Amino acid sequence: MPSLSKICSSFCFLSLLPRSRSRAPNPQAMAALRRFSSPAILPLRRFAASCPFSATAGDDQAVMTVETSVPFTGHRIDTPSRSVETTPKELLSFFREMSLMRRMEIAADSLYKAKLIRGFCHLYDGQEAVAVGMEAAITKKDAIITAYRDHCIFLGRGGKLIEAFSELMGRRAGCSKGKGGSMHFYRREAEFYGGHGIVGAQIPLGCGIALGQKYSKEETVTFTMYGDGAANQGQLFEALNMSALWDLPVILVCENNHYGMGTAEWRAAKSPAYYKRGDYVPGLKVDGMDALAVKQACKFAKEHVLKNGPMILEMDTYRYHGHSMSDPGSSYRTRDEISGIRQERDPIERIRKLILSHEISTANELKDIEKEVRKEVDAAIAQAKECPMPDSSELFANIYVKGLGVKDQAP
Amino acid sequence: MAMTMRKGLARGIAAARRRISNSREVEKERSEVKPTNLFSAINQALHIALETDPRAYVFGEDVRFGGVFRCTTGLADRFGKARVFNTPLCEQGIAGFAIGLAAMGNRAIAEIQFADYIYPAFDQIVNEAAKYRYRSGNQFNCGGLTIRTPYGAVGHGGHYHSQSPEAFFCHVPGLKVVIPRSPRQAKGLLLSSIRDPNPVVFFEPKWLYRLAVEDVPEHDYMLPLSEAEVIRPGSDITLVGWGAQLSIMEQACENASKDGISCELIDLRTLIPWDKETVEASVKKTGRLLISHEAPLTGGFGAEISAAIAEHCFLRLEAPVARICGLDTPFPLVYEPFYMPTKNKILDAIKATVNY
Ligand SMILES: Cc1ncc(C[n+]2csc(CCOP(=O)(O)OP(=O)(O)O)c2C)c(N)n1
Ligand SMILES: [Mg+2]
Repeated sequence: MPSLSKICSSFCFLSLLPRSRSRAPNPQAMAALRRFSSPAILPLRRFAASCPFSATAGDDQAVMTVETSVPFTGHRIDTPSRSVETTPKELLSFFREMSLMRRMEIAADSLYKAKLIRGFCHLYDGQEAVAVGMEAAITKKDAIITAYRDHCIFLGRGGKLIEAFSELMGRRAGCSKGKGGSMHFYRREAEFYGGHGIVGAQIPLGCGIALGQKYSKEETVTFTMYGDGAANQGQLFEALNMSALWDLPVILVCENNHYGMGTAEWRAAKSPAYYKRGDYVPGLKVDGMDALAVKQACKFAKEHVLKNGPMILEMDTYRYHGHSMSDPGSSYRTRDEISGIRQERDPIERIRKLILSHEISTANELKDIEKEVRKEVDAAIAQAKECPMPDSSELFANIYVKGLGVKDQAP
Repeated sequence: MAMTMRKGLARGIAAARRRISNSREVEKERSEVKPTNLFSAINQALHIALETDPRAYVFGEDVRFGGVFRCTTGLADRFGKARVFNTPLCEQGIAGFAIGLAAMGNRAIAEIQFADYIYPAFDQIVNEAAKYRYRSGNQFNCGGLTIRTPYGAVGHGGHYHSQSPEAFFCHVPGLKVVIPRSPRQAKGLLLSSIRDPNPVVFFEPKWLYRLAVEDVPEHDYMLPLSEAEVIRPGSDITLVGWGAQLSIMEQACENASKDGISCELIDLRTLIPWDKETVEASVKKTGRLLISHEAPLTGGFGAEISAAIAEHCFLRLEAPVARICGLDTPFPLVYEPFYMPTKNKILDAIKATVNY
C-alpha cells in the first residue's frame, strides 16, 4: 500500500480496508445508496395552491412550497407531508451556509496536510444538509449533542469560523480554548453539548439532557446525533428504553453515511434500517442530502417528542472524505460510488438547482456567494494562525475547580 | 526521532543480547532472524498462534482487513474468515463474546482498536473475565482469552488516542497485564499471553509499531510472563519501566553514565503478577529506585512498585523512591511534551536521587 504509507508516515492511523481484491461492495447496498437520485427530477410546486409564489425574485420572504426528493418512510408513525414550505431567503441562506461548511472542511483538509492541525480530524463535507436543515427547524434553546464529526454542527449552532479554525489548530481563541481540538467543539450559549470521542457515549448523555429539559418545562428538545457504526453500540438501546419509559423529549438522529470507518453498514448491522431499530420507538427515514426534507422531519419530530417521547430520525447521507485524515476513503468504496453521489445527490447542488429554477438568483450571483465564502474562510484561517497557543497553565486548568491540579504538580 | 529511537533501541537490544546470551528465553539457533518492526512482529505471532492452534480465533473492529495498525494483515486470507473476523463497533460485545468463546475451551484473541476504547468493555473484563474461575470454584474459566490493544502517546493523538490505562487492570486479581518494549519482546510475550491459561490484557506500544525495528527470530518462541528483565546492569540506581517508556529511560541511562552514574534498567514486562524478586534484588544492590510510566502519576502502577519496595527494602534505600510519570491531567492535545515523562525529567530525577 504505497500511497497509504506515504500518508501515514510516522504515527499511522491506517486506513483499513477491504482492498479491491477483497469482496466487492454489495451491489444491493450500492443501489440503495444511489436510490435517491437526481434532485433535478423533483416536482417543484412553484405556485402552491395555499401560498401562491407570485412574488418576484426580490421578494425573499414569499412562501413557496417544494416537494422533498423522496417520500419519508415511517416506522410506527404517520409520515409528514412531502411538501415543504420555504422562502427564497431560506434557500439562499441554506446555499450560503452549506457552501461555508464545505469550504471550511476543505480548508481543514489542507491545514491538516500542512501539519497545522494535529491529532485526529474528521470532516463533514457531504453531510451539510443535516446540520443546516436541522437548525432551520429548531431554536438555539433546543440542545444538540454529537460525536467527533462536529465542525459543521458547531457552525450551524452559530459558532464562528475563527473559533473553529483556532480550535482545530489548538489556539487560544478556539471554541474550547484550544484544548479540545477537532473532536471537541462546544458552544454553551447555543446549547451545543459537543464533540465526543467515544463512539456511542454521547447517546445516553443526550438523553440525560432531555431528562433535564423535561424537568425544566421549557418545551425544548435534544437532538442526539450518532453514526451508523455507533448504532451498534449497546448504549443506544439502553438509552432508547429509558427515554421511551420516561417520555423524554429526545430525537435520536442517526446520520447514516453508510460507513463506520471502513466498514459498510451491511457488514456490521443485521438490519441497516436504523429508523426501525428502536422497535417500540417511532422512526422516520429521511433523505439527509435534502436540507428541506431534513427541516421538515426535524420540525415534525420536535412536535412529536414534546407530546409523546422519543423518536428516531435516520438521515440517509454520505461523507465525501475518508473517515479521518489518514483514510483516503477509497479503499472500501469505489470512486464511482463517490462521484455518483456527488453528481446525483449533492446537498449544495440540489439547493443551487432550486434557486436557479425558481429564478431566485442567477448562476453568477451564486458563484459570487461562493467567492465570498472562500474569502471569509481564508480570512479566518489567517486570523487563527496569528492567535497564540493557550497559556501553558491551561494544561492544569479545568481538571477540577480551583485549579487543584496546578498545586499538585508544583515541584 | 525515528533514527535516534531506532539507534537507542538497537543499542539497548544489542547490549541485552550480549547479556542474555546464555538465556533460555530465545533459542536463536533455530531459525532466521530478520529486522522486523513491532506491528509485523505482532502479526507474526498471530500467524503462529492461529497456525499452531486450530481453536484460536482473532476478531475485533476491522481486523479482517488488517486493522488500523496493520497488525492483523493477511490473517483472514490465510486462515479464513471464520477464524479471523470483524465485529461491529461494540467493545462490550467484543469482550463478552471473547470470554464466552474462551469459556468453551478456545483461544479468543480479541482486539480493542485503541486502549482508549477499552472502557466500554471494562465491566466484562473486570467482573466477568477476571473472576470466572474463582467464583465458579474452578468449574469455568476464560484462560484462553487475550485482549490486545494499542496504548500510549504518539506525539499528537490528543485525549482519546493516547491513554495508558494499564493501572486500572492491575487492580484486578485474576487478570494478567503484559506490555512489550520491542518487536522481539512483543512476539514472544504475545505468544506466551495467548497460550497462558489465564486471561491476559496485552497492551501494545503504538508509538513503536513502525518506529521500533530489531532482529526478530522467525520461528515460534515464547518469553516467560511474570519475569522482569534486566536490560542494562548498573550499580547506582535501579530504573523500572515498561513498554515504549523504556527507550526513553534507556536514553536517560546513557546520559547519566556520562556523568558517572551507573543505572540498572529493568523492563517489568508483566505488570501483574509482577516480578518483585528481580526488582527487589536490584534495589538491594543499588539502594535507589526510579519508576517511570506514561500514565498519570497518581494511582499509576508505579505507586504499587514504590510501596512494595518501601516495605521490603526499607533499610537498604538511600533515597526516596522517585516516580517520573505522566502528569495528573487528562492526556492533553496541546502541551503533550509537558505531560510526558521525558528523558530530561528522568535524568534530573536520577541525579537528584543519587545525590540525595
Ligand atoms: C468506543 C469506541 N470504539 C471505537 C472507536 C474508533 N472509531 C472512531 S469513529 C469509528 C467509526 C464510527 O462510525 P459511525 O458511527 O458510522 O460515524 P461516522 O464516522 O460515519 O460519522 C470508530 C470505530 C471510538 N472512537 N470509540
Ligand atoms: Mg457512519
